[in-house]
Amino acid sequence: MAPSFLEIGIEADRRWQGLIAGERPWIRIGTALCGEAAGAFEVAAATESALESQGVAAEVSRVGCLGLCFAEPLLDVQLPGGHRIFYSNVDAEKVGEIVSSHVAGGTPVKSLALGYLPQEGSDEPLPEGIPDLNQHPMRVWENRIALRNAGNIDPLDIYQYVANGGYQALHKTLTNLSRAETLEEVKASGLRGRGGAAFPTATKWSFLAGNPAPEKYVLCNCEEGDPGAFNDKNILESDPNTLLEGVIIAGYATGASKGYIFIRHGHDGPIERCRAAVRQAKELGLLGENIMGSDFSYDVEVALTGDSYVAGEETALMEAIEGKRAMPRFRPPFPAQVGLFGKPTNINNVKTLAYVPEIVSKGGKWFADIGHDTSTGTAILCLSGSLNYTGMVEVPLGINLKDVIFEAAGGMRNGKALKLLQTGGPLGGVLGADSVDILLDFEVLRAAGAIMGSGGIIAADETACVVDLTRSLIAFCQYESCGKCFPCRMGMSHLLEVLERICRLEGTDEDLSLMRTIGENMQAGSLCGHGQLGFNPVSSALRYFGSEFETHIVDRTCPTGTCSLPRYSPVASRR
Amino acid sequence: MSGLEQRIHAAVHGQAQPTVTVLSSLLAVEDELGYLPKEAVEFVANFSDTTVNDVWAVASFYPNFRFVPPTEHVVEVCWGASCHVVGAMAAFRSVLEAAGMEAEGDRPDNRVAVKLNTCLGACSQAPVMSMDHHLAGRITPESAAKNVARLLEQDGHGA
Ligand SMILES: Cc1cc2nc3c(=O)[nH]c(=O)nc-3n(C[C@H](O)[C@H](O)[C@H](O)COP(=O)(O)O)c2cc1C
Repeated sequence: MAPSFLEIGIEADRRWQGLIAGERPWIRIGTALCGEAAGAFEVAAATESALESQGVAAEVSRVGCLGLCFAEPLLDVQLPGGHRIFYSNVDAEKVGEIVSSHVAGGTPVKSLALGYLPQEGSDEPLPEGIPDLNQHPMRVWENRIALRNAGNIDPLDIYQYVANGGYQALHKTLTNLSRAETLEEVKASGLRGRGGAAFPTATKWSFLAGNPAPEKYVLCNCEEGDPGAFNDKNILESDPNTLLEGVIIAGYATGASKGYIFIRHGHDGPIERCRAAVRQAKELGLLGENIMGSDFSYDVEVALTGDSYVAGEETALMEAIEGKRAMPRFRPPFPAQVGLFGKPTNINNVKTLAYVPEIVSKGGKWFADIGHDTSTGTAILCLSGSLNYTGMVEVPLGINLKDVIFEAAGGMRNGKALKLLQTGGPLGGVLGADSVDILLDFEVLRAAGAIMGSGGIIAADETACVVDLTRSLIAFCQYESCGKCFPCRMGMSHLLEVLERICRLEGTDEDLSLMRTIGENMQAGSLCGHGQLGFNPVSSALRYFGSEFETHIVDRTCPTGTCSLPRYSPVASRR
Repeated sequence: MSGLEQRIHAAVHGQAQPTVTVLSSLLAVEDELGYLPKEAVEFVANFSDTTVNDVWAVASFYPNFRFVPPTEHVVEVCWGASCHVVGAMAAFRSVLEAAGMEAEGDRPDNRVAVKLNTCLGACSQAPVMSMDHHLAGRITPESAAKNVARLLEQDGHGA
């Protein structure tokens, strides 16, 4: 029989105390995809062999991402009962010194330390001569809700999640709240979908809750094909149980019988960590028959897709789970009536569902008080491109976008000037540098032509060519068009042809109006957002950088010289 | 059954997740063999009680599927927008040169395939490449070329 939630909590606390205040130092190394790309797995192996060769005993955990990707590989050492000290850009050589001086000798290596994070409840004095990591520009703007555990806990150990308050929201829901009350709490939070359209989550849930069918599904969308967005995969890698708890609560509130978490094949880190969370939750009776002794039974399965961007669109996603080509369906009927395997279905993004446990724990109003206007809560932003501090931040909605770029992200690298931001993925838009003094708010961004989308923000400096970037975005959209609607399939190819021509400095006077005509047809004649929104990169680029297109066409010059460099696009296609 | 057929059989029947579909079966074979031989398409059609035509429709839609045996190594370079704005094209060119190739594809000696990937998922470390699915970030044309050379030196073969 599964243990009671009280027993699980007691065991979790015992284990957690053993880690932070036990016999041995605890070393945590960030190993999400961002860490891997910086060499974190090599650093983890080097740490283990340094401990062994120096005969030092310590616990080593491979955790997720703290958000400070620019500093990776990031390794933190916590001596028993002490505070956490973070070392940035660690390599095998630095590991040797950190192990001998700090882990074995108890003396932090100040010259290599990026900062410390205080351990709650520790009575040790704060480290001297090492900065407070919470004062780092990337962290001062943050309010971590969905990311509260990221980088702190071992994603493969459900007990560490429980020790940090995990599954208490589910416990509260199943013991204290009716389905209607749970839905009410989400409604009060004002939560809006983080997958692109910013649709009110409670409204979507109420469609499914109102459908009396016995078999209903909740789908969690982690397709995440947007170049520049990695927050969904990162949540799965850093704290899969936060998402899983959200998927279970969503199932309860909507009366669903099963949840699916949908991930792209090949992203082994997110897939394995998510599957481990599901397995462990089942073992502890947090998932399955009569969860926590209630009459609520619910299962969750991790499903995979092949490479397809459009598979992230809600109806194409259902086709892919059913094992078919990821092509969108006609609506109506809407998924809440006829969805996966013909059953009523609700679809949400990873971030949307990852907020749910904290909303239930702390109350909808608490969440609604964060943010701005009808954009409640936080934005989980992926900062990439030529910024000083690239990584992931969770900041309250309603702060100024310019503060995100010039303060949190530390501005542009190498003293270059910002030229533009590309936001919201390939179906989003570009925003000129003069226009970044705006609020981070779904409506404000949309009015500026640069949607929030999934939270990806790519910063390009003055050396980037806007025509070349637009061509690259359209090349992506053309490659990823599923081919079902010909205005999208042919429109994208035609747009790409025109943009290629402008890049070759062979554009004609008619090309800009030709692109607009193609864009209008794509928007009018496509079933899903891929074709409907696919002209956004071009229209927003023309809005902010029309004169740069003119320079290419009329003066036959590329001001940055980018367009004379070789360009490559994939040769593969969807036959 | 031939060895190949046995491996296909084991991969398709060995799927752990409850929802087994044409796509999940094809992914399982791809994981096992690194490609989808004709036999796999036929096997999955039989197994799923559908036609070879319908299975081929799915297989040909997702560009992660290969239909010829895998090369010894795979090098991918990300061409998503994050990587694009910080030099992915120059890195890709350098990878092609280091592999002695003109364009994306399999090298004729089957030692390496060079591919563009739409997003390797580590945008904060752009530009990103992968060697046999192992990520490397913040690459330059020089480091990218070195990564390829090191990969091709493995197992004692000369490049
Ligand atoms: C071409 C295309 C790709 C999409 N890709 C994703 C994706 O990768 N992840 C996602 O959550 N939503 C994606 N969406 C949006 C989904 O259709 C859907 O609106 C979303 O998953 C709903 O979740 P939310 O209400 O929590 O935002 C995509 C939409 C389109 C048109």
